[in-house]
Amino acid sequence: MEDKLIIRGIEFKSRLWVGTGKYKDFEETKTVIEASGADVVTVSVRRVNITDRKSENLLDYIDPKKYKILPNTAGCYTVEDALRYSRLAREAGVSDLVKLEVIGDEKTLFPDTIGLLKATEILAKEGFIVLPYTNDDPIMAKRLEDAGAAAVMPLGAPIGSGLGIRNPYNIRIIIETAVKVPVVVDAGVGTASDAAVAMELGCDAVLINTGIAGAKDPVAMASAMKHAVIAGRLAYLAGRIPKKLYATASSPLEGMLL
Amino acid sequence: MKLKINGKTVDNVKAATVIELLDELNVHSGRVAVEVNLSIIRKADYDSFALKDGDAVEIVNFVGGG
Repeated sequence: MEDKLIIRGIEFKSRLWVGTGKYKDFEETKTVIEASGADVVTVSVRRVNITDRKSENLLDYIDPKKYKILPNTAGCYTVEDALRYSRLAREAGVSDLVKLEVIGDEKTLFPDTIGLLKATEILAKEGFIVLPYTNDDPIMAKRLEDAGAAAVMPLGAPIGSGLGIRNPYNIRIIIETAVKVPVVVDAGVGTASDAAVAMELGCDAVLINTGIAGAKDPVAMASAMKHAVIAGRLAYLAGRIPKKLYATASSPLEGMLL
Repeated sequence: MKLKINGKTVDNVKAATVIELLDELNVHSGRVAVEVNLSIIRKADYDSFALKDGDAVEIVNFVGGG
């Protein structure tokens, strides 16, 4: 059975997407990405260290020919900054993909969805493939789609919190009725079961950074997440049984010794 | 000339163009984006874009992020 994720003509081999932040070095980053099976990796745009030119480049370890590089605009609190970082990322990179973040608050890192909507509209017109990091609001997801988002990336829980999918009902509404574009849960996935839950809800993919990077054994967790995403997707496609309060026997009553 | 590069003032820059500046700083031009006075310089223009004394230059690349 063919079950491909395609966003604006780009085919994604893996439904697990991984971040590259918080690893101790590039070697560990590379090993973890390989264990995860992901073909999409997020990166950030930052100043080159011009005083220490011995410092290596992330792309020496992550081959852009092998992986889809998805730059983010993390750390941007205004529309102007998010546009500037997106344009720099496109120039530094190899594609029009951007994981658009316009952050509204330092403590929660919740998105400023008003700024996000404005930035999405502008960047979509400039030819970017915009994947906005948004909250779990179905109406905002629809607005972002209308503004030209190629997919929407609702949060499961705050970035780095590991709280899992806090509002599965809204995520389901986003998937089932709010938008036609792919839905990628971004942020909050703390362990394998969280990733499986996201996929069982019908998400098209899951993006994880801290849930893997912060684990005691990131390589093992990357592998766990890989399997959880595959299992969750299969369970979604298989169609789970309805929940009910009382039992239904699995074994026949016929032929019992009575 | 004097340039402000990534927020730091750098004196005695010999480079006259963006590509010469990247060479002088030992930065691989393929993996960066360059902004001069808030305008992005296309890679195709690196060898022709002339830098002026006092220009603010930003040189960015990809780092780990989520």
